[in-house]
Amino acid sequence: MSILVSKSTRVITQGITGNSGLFHSQQCRAYAAECQPGVDVFVGGVTPGKGGTTVDGFPVFNSVRDAKEKTGANTSMVFVPPPFCADAILEAADAGMELIVAITEGIPVMDMLRVKRGMAGSKSRLIGPNCPGVITPGIAKIGIMPGYIHKPGTIGIISKSGTLTYEAAWQLGRVGLGQSTAVGIGGDPINGTNYIELLEMFQNDPGTEGILVIGEIGGSAEQLAAEYIKSHVAKPVAGFIAGQTAPPGKRMGHAGAIISGGGGGAAEKMAALRAAGVIVSDSPGGMGDAMKKAMQKA
Amino acid sequence: MKIHEYQAKQLFKAAGVPVPQGIVAKSAEEAAAAFTTLGGPIAVVKSQIHAGGRGKGTFKEHPTQRGVVLVKSAAEAAENANRMLGSTLVTIQTGDDGKQVNTLFVEQGLKIARELYLGIVVDREVGGPVLIMSSEGGMDIEEVARHSPEKIIAEPFDAVAGLYPYQARKMAYALGFDAIGVRNAEKFLPQICKFFVAYDCSMVEINPLILTEDSQLLALDGKVTFDDNALFRHKDVVALRDLSEEDPAEVRAADTGLSYVKLNGNIGCLVNGAGLAMSTMDLIKLHGGEPANFLDVGGGANEDQVTEAFRIILADKNVKAVLVNIFGGIMKCDIIVSALLNAYEKVGFNVPLVVRLEGTNVEIAREMLKASGRDIISATDLADAAQKVVKSLGA
Repeated sequence: MSILVSKSTRVITQGITGNSGLFHSQQCRAYAAECQPGVDVFVGGVTPGKGGTTVDGFPVFNSVRDAKEKTGANTSMVFVPPPFCADAILEAADAGMELIVAITEGIPVMDMLRVKRGMAGSKSRLIGPNCPGVITPGIAKIGIMPGYIHKPGTIGIISKSGTLTYEAAWQLGRVGLGQSTAVGIGGDPINGTNYIELLEMFQNDPGTEGILVIGEIGGSAEQLAAEYIKSHVAKPVAGFIAGQTAPPGKRMGHAGAIISGGGGGAAEKMAALRAAGVIVSDSPGGMGDAMKKAMQKA
Repeated sequence: MKIHEYQAKQLFKAAGVPVPQGIVAKSAEEAAAAFTTLGGPIAVVKSQIHAGGRGKGTFKEHPTQRGVVLVKSAAEAAENANRMLGSTLVTIQTGDDGKQVNTLFVEQGLKIARELYLGIVVDREVGGPVLIMSSEGGMDIEEVARHSPEKIIAEPFDAVAGLYPYQARKMAYALGFDAIGVRNAEKFLPQICKFFVAYDCSMVEINPLILTEDSQLLALDGKVTFDDNALFRHKDVVALRDLSEEDPAEVRAADTGLSYVKLNGNIGCLVNGAGLAMSTMDLIKLHGGEPANFLDVGGGANEDQVTEAFRIILADKNVKAVLVNIFGGIMKCDIIVSALLNAYEKVGFNVPLVVRLEGTNVEIAREMLKASGRDIISATDLADAAQKVVKSLGA
């Protein structure tokens, strides 16, 4: 079992005729083909104005609605450039995509506020933006993560960061733990899905036995996650927070990774998680061990 | 991106947000002329630097000169301008090095009845912008939040619809405005909120916002930070950028698509991905070292970027060792190593270099490093890398 990505997942790529859109669609298709031989998981793409053409075997459609009707896709992976990305996400939601995974980095915050408002009441779930995507090892990956470092297993990963998630998956592999699903929620101040919703899904997923939460400085999503864990999560949880040495007022790469207004520091996030019973690693090198410790304690 | 107070006020004025009359001066003569033009018995001469705390700040060259002064004549304006222009202002926010003042803003004096605080930010938990006000104007708002949080009122508003008049009245009544003040707030507050959204701001701060004796609201200060991701649709804002206010290395890095932040330590780092880059700094600190920078080369890490990244790191004279930490995913480790080796040649490395690689084709990559014959220290995992780079400082 897993969350978000299962055997019934069928994906189209918005922005499939762009360089990264096509490259990663090919990578995702290859990974899915290895996991589910003979099944087409990545079924096409959308680029307005290029409908009716094909690109490396992917049929291209003018609109998400068209693509959905013709391919039966239920999921969209979004690689549309930042100025047009908010519009692309809203189009996917309007077409009724169940899951929208937005990889694009650099979407203006105001655009994301409009997306949040536009999606209010929608049944679609948005993951990201500015994230590596979602992978259920052994089934499919929707995003830019290297597939082979993720092994099938029982740990759910929720992370704000891309390469740090790869690092975590690799460390989990070294201590013999695979993943049910790994989800990158993205490093932007406003995103589609936050820790709490995913904690709830992992708590309810019979295929997940433990959860690794990877946070970073900025905002208070990790503190809210800690409160939720305390009262709602029975499964063992381990965690790590990046940016313990970050100076206040400086944006550390991610738009959301900034300590401001006396809040958002790593120390308070780590303390909140520890108070909720989470095994928190001080070192980024200790994420795998912390998860193993949490599992043994449980 | 940040702008100067006088630039913020020009934008405010154009957007219908009331500001005092003011004139930019770049010389003592201009400051004197500005005083005369404003025509008042008093004026305020204000240093234009991006950092806050200017009123209490003093100049390195003139220890008794403040960054913001009240003057009563054109001659006095000129005297102060003479001391301020070209001198280095040190405030609590500039650090010990201070900032050179190249521009002054001369503003009319006003009869102030009350000083208030106004701020607008995007609240992540609310998922939208929030207007924040306080009766404690002129104070550090974080200080107010700590000691008297009841004096801060916050009103979330819809980014698309803006702040409704009833919300403005709610704030005005809570702050105890009189009837005229409430009416002015009904105009001022929605206007500034509209500005925040229209210009893709990440922060607007007016501290103090003043209520004059005749209940007019005016922005006496203006700090605006823009969302860098939205600058593509605000060419007028980009034109206001003052590169002299930014760290030259950070500007250079941004031009190459690198994300770089200078820190005070002596171990330079080059990492792919923001989260891993932050973690690498943490790791160095955990092992007793001090990171010299945050540097994210992004997911690609091509040769040009790595070369430029090395140059930026090594240009920092404090750097005594460098740690490269790359998790090669889609970008294979062997490709990254050939970029590293070429960059190593090009920049002429002169300090110890520790490389930790993991990911696709890592075995080939490690062999390549070994076969290169370069004096590069290879590390296996994160802890090993941190230990080796800290140790290399003592070697």
